[in-house]
Amino acid sequence: MQNKNLQLYWRRNLKYLFILLLVWFVVSFGCGIIFADSLNAIKLGGFPLGFWFAQQGSIYVFVILIFIYVRLMNQLDKEFDVDEK
Amino acid sequence: MGVQTWTFIIVGFTFLLYIGVAIWARAGSTKEFYVAGSGVSPLANGMATAADWMSAASYLSMAGLISFMGYGGSQYLMGWTGGYVLLALLLAPYLRKFGKFTVPDFIGERYYSSQARIVALICAIFVSFTYVVGQMKGVGVAFARFLEVPFSTGILIGIGIVFFYAVLGGMKGITYTQVAQYCVLIFAFTVPAVFISLQMVGNPIPQIGMGGTMSDGTYLLDKLNLLSTDLGFTAYTESGMNNRVNIFFITAALMMGTAGLPHVIVRFFTVPKVKDARISAGYALLFIAILYTTAPAIAAFARTNLVQTVSEQPYDGMPQWFKKWEGAELLAFEDKNQDGLIQYVANPEINELTIDPDIMVLANPEIANLPAWVIALVVAGGLAAALSTAAGLLLVIATSISHDLLKNYLHPNISEKGELLAARIAIAVAVVAAGLAGMNPPGFVAQVVALAFGLAASSFFPAIVLGIFDKRMNKEGAISGMIVGIVFTSIYIWYFKPQLGGPGTVEGHWFGISPEGIGTLGMMINLVVALVVSRMTAPPPQSVQDIVEDIRVPRGAGGATH
Repeated sequence: MQNKNLQLYWRRNLKYLFILLLVWFVVSFGCGIIFADSLNAIKLGGFPLGFWFAQQGSIYVFVILIFIYVRLMNQLDKEFDVDEK
Repeated sequence: MGVQTWTFIIVGFTFLLYIGVAIWARAGSTKEFYVAGSGVSPLANGMATAADWMSAASYLSMAGLISFMGYGGSQYLMGWTGGYVLLALLLAPYLRKFGKFTVPDFIGERYYSSQARIVALICAIFVSFTYVVGQMKGVGVAFARFLEVPFSTGILIGIGIVFFYAVLGGMKGITYTQVAQYCVLIFAFTVPAVFISLQMVGNPIPQIGMGGTMSDGTYLLDKLNLLSTDLGFTAYTESGMNNRVNIFFITAALMMGTAGLPHVIVRFFTVPKVKDARISAGYALLFIAILYTTAPAIAAFARTNLVQTVSEQPYDGMPQWFKKWEGAELLAFEDKNQDGLIQYVANPEINELTIDPDIMVLANPEIANLPAWVIALVVAGGLAAALSTAAGLLLVIATSISHDLLKNYLHPNISEKGELLAARIAIAVAVVAAGLAGMNPPGFVAQVVALAFGLAASSFFPAIVLGIFDKRMNKEGAISGMIVGIVFTSIYIWYFKPQLGGPGTVEGHWFGISPEGIGTLGMMINLVVALVVSRMTAPPPQSVQDIVEDIRVPRGAGGATH
């Protein structure tokens, strides 16, 4: 495996991390805390939206984020031929 | 059959189950004892991690806390789940590739320093021990309250069971018993929730039911908000302006603390491959999320039920559960205005009813008139939660002693058999010590658990993340960062916690941040100090930089090694 390739692999990894962690931050600290008040004006069924994000929605997003990460990394590993056989 | 009989039966059955699993999963080598031979499937690891993570606090106390805090409870919900994203993305796969057995292993090798290893192992032991004492206390309380077994005897039984499967099977025994315990606790937690959700809003799925409508057509949460504000409390779903910074900091401290706790991290050493480490973090959070999204629903249902049952109602007409918890002194009524009715309001001058939030999960099935076996099941679930977490913590303590202290520091020539024996003795001693401490817990157990999270967030989390993502991070930077982080966080927590003897007051909190949230600031300080100091001192040796390069690539992950 070339050094160059590994650097590229790592940079792609970091890019994925950045995007996923951005979503992580926005949905929990953003929707659940900083903007919870404003979001509460919107209703999701019986839930004020900010409250829903803080008590349920963010958790669902966390789970999805991890599975997306797994999917992306499995593909990335194959692409750069560093996956475990 | 009464609750007590059912409790004996169900709890007894679950204990037999754990013992059976323990015998099947005996450990024969240090690799099996420390990391279950690295052969645990991601799904099983996910369940075991979930059980390991969800302690008596998650199970019993959290829903109660949320029911009294409303929106404010979200800091626990997000704080104790969000950290898994950090674990999956920033730690688990790389640590698995690193291939050693413990967190101090990683710190010691990555920062090529036995001082770093020692600092890490002291922190690991301190964090884990304080945490486990709390669990033991929970076990004692559960036995005392439901099986009418004296508190100390209850703890003895608890440590007896843990002793058996931990000493026999080490990580292997613990992992598979945790899988069984997860099944017990999740079933026990969701069954009452489903029943209550059906009763209150006609929907069996609590997560959806929470947003449902009651029989009179109003949304449950709207009704709850109205009931709350009528009595002078803040609306249940409202996020108060003044608390925002603190909630932010607490949530962050809990998230990063989660990702820095040794007993959680070590779970990812037990899977066969790097990609298994990633996906088992996903499974772990999925299994955790089932409980964590049910809990706020239970909280809302319980709160609504409680207020509707007691507010302005005659004291003499209160149902069975009210009398029972009053008898247990976890609920108290004082008829201040002598009108025979219960005034439950926010104003402390007028308020006549005080309730310990811890009873909410246990009282909920009774409030909803569910059959006795359901209540017994909840007790078994609480015990499963406490024992599974206790076992994971005890293993960390034992491996710190036998592996990090003995093998890697004091006695490098110890044989495999010798190390295995030392590990068994260490865990036996740790179990007993934790039991004894649990019988006489210092009054400040809960405060010390807050310290545990703060320490993990301000010391381990940055040290490990920097170790993986910053090749230039060297031993001087890491150690200075860790020490400054730990010292700052500990002093702040001690100072502002009167229970620990500190003189500070709430008014003195920096930026309004309470001790529970200071770990976030500690983490930031650690980061800055570590980065600055590392750039002012020599880079790490090439061999260490090669390790960092290597752990960033999945291929080549062998079984975990010495």
